[in-house]
Amino acid sequence: MKRAKLVLWEIWLPIILVALWLILSTNSVSIYFPPLAEILQRTWDVWFFDGIVENLLPSLWRILAGLFFAVVVGVGGGVILGMLPKFEESIRPILEFLRATPGVALLPIAIIFLGLGDNMKIFMIALASMWPILLNAIDGVRSVEPILLRVAETYRFNLKDRIRFIYLPNAAPQIFAGARISIAIAAVVMVVTEMIGSANGLGYYILDSQRTFNILNMWSGIIVLGILGYLLNFAFRGVEGAALSWHHKRNG
Amino acid sequence: MENQESGKTMEQLNEPILQVVGEDLLTIDGLGKSYGTNEVLRNLNVSVRAGEFMCIVGPSGAGKTTLLQCLSGLSAPSAGEVRLRDKVINEPPEEMAIVFQDYSRSLMPWMSVLDNVMLPLRNKIKSKSERKAKAMSALEEVGLKNHVGKYPWQLSGGMQQRVAIARALAYEPAIVLMDEPFASVDAQTRAELEDLTLKVKRHLGITVLLVTHDIDEAVYLSDRVLVLGGSPTGVVDLVETNLGEERDQITTKSTQRFAEIRTQVYQQIRSNTIKVS
Repeated sequence: MKRAKLVLWEIWLPIILVALWLILSTNSVSIYFPPLAEILQRTWDVWFFDGIVENLLPSLWRILAGLFFAVVVGVGGGVILGMLPKFEESIRPILEFLRATPGVALLPIAIIFLGLGDNMKIFMIALASMWPILLNAIDGVRSVEPILLRVAETYRFNLKDRIRFIYLPNAAPQIFAGARISIAIAAVVMVVTEMIGSANGLGYYILDSQRTFNILNMWSGIIVLGILGYLLNFAFRGVEGAALSWHHKRNG
Repeated sequence: MENQESGKTMEQLNEPILQVVGEDLLTIDGLGKSYGTNEVLRNLNVSVRAGEFMCIVGPSGAGKTTLLQCLSGLSAPSAGEVRLRDKVINEPPEEMAIVFQDYSRSLMPWMSVLDNVMLPLRNKIKSKSERKAKAMSALEEVGLKNHVGKYPWQLSGGMQQRVAIARALAYEPAIVLMDEPFASVDAQTRAELEDLTLKVKRHLGITVLLVTHDIDEAVYLSDRVLVLGGSPTGVVDLVETNLGEERDQITTKSTQRFAEIRTQVYQQIRSNTIKVS
């Protein structure tokens, strides 16, 4: 009952907005803003299920693979750098410089070295979305309570156990906060890389539809992209809720 | 080195203690510690006997925490050495556990009470069920059997410190060091924890070395009270309490003997504090 109320509270505004769009666009004659009913009909026709296989799955694969590498490098590098504060201080300026460089700016170079295929796309997604995870992991590891480290020393924890039972759990809330931002960045980079010399994917589909004046298809791609982003975030919240249940309970 | 207490007749009355207490377990031999030009400890010589409850008191800033760091192998001495049995301590020994003052920060907030107690046993015991059994019996010893699934922060301060004590006990050390373990709980809880510590110590026959700034607490708990003082800090006195095996917050503290030792320790600390300033 409480849960149903909560869901209702979360979706009333989206429902009203969609309904408004639906009603107001019914008699639209603009080429660029077709009636929503037509867009939804087209979305159904195009995407279920041919479009999903043709263009959604490749996109999903790229963003998940990119995020996977972002997490591995971000968390791994973050733990190492967090445990070596002196070393981290010395490479901090470089990190800040690289982070401040918009990842997409490296796209031309990435294309030279990796071509136009999935490798380049996954590399770009990972590179651009890694920073929030890496920097938050460093902070999270460095903020470990010194008394806990003395406890670990007293009870002779080895390095592996120290990382697994102290550094990682301590950094986890910050790592997840970073990952949430990473997902948004990854989606942007995914679309951008797919708009360049690609043969499939959501970004390709949206741009290609626009170029061929197939505005209904373009809109349907944007809607699917929105749904993908929403579902990714939803899945992320599930993982986060399970991994950080202690943290959420503690902070009410 | 041991400044024996005067009342010989009292000592003889309480003969049994000396039989419980065994040979030297932890030996502090000519220990000195300096930080740069700042000499904190100079030439400390004390032996903690097996099965003994020893409290260390001294004016604040006397380097009690520094001493504990050296004893536990977390910090290297500048002079002399500390031995556990016959082994020189240069890293935290396997037979030693420490209970820190700051209970809320010495437990892992992301682990249940049971997991917190089990964690240090990973290095010692392969079987998980065996680790769990050890942890459960330690938690039962401190009266937390019904709270094992909770997170530490869901418990009161006194209960959290009991988790830390259980963690130390489950480790099955020969000696437990306690660094002002009851300094951050209310008076009622403090009395409960003192009695719990005495009970557990008697029940398991472990050796306890407890640092405190509270003279009443030191006298109440100890078989011997180590009084530190001076600058740099050295041993001022080592007082045998002879208060007997059984102690009670009300009756023990109202005995003549308790008052005597309390006064003696107080005077030593005060005269030393004045000398320092």
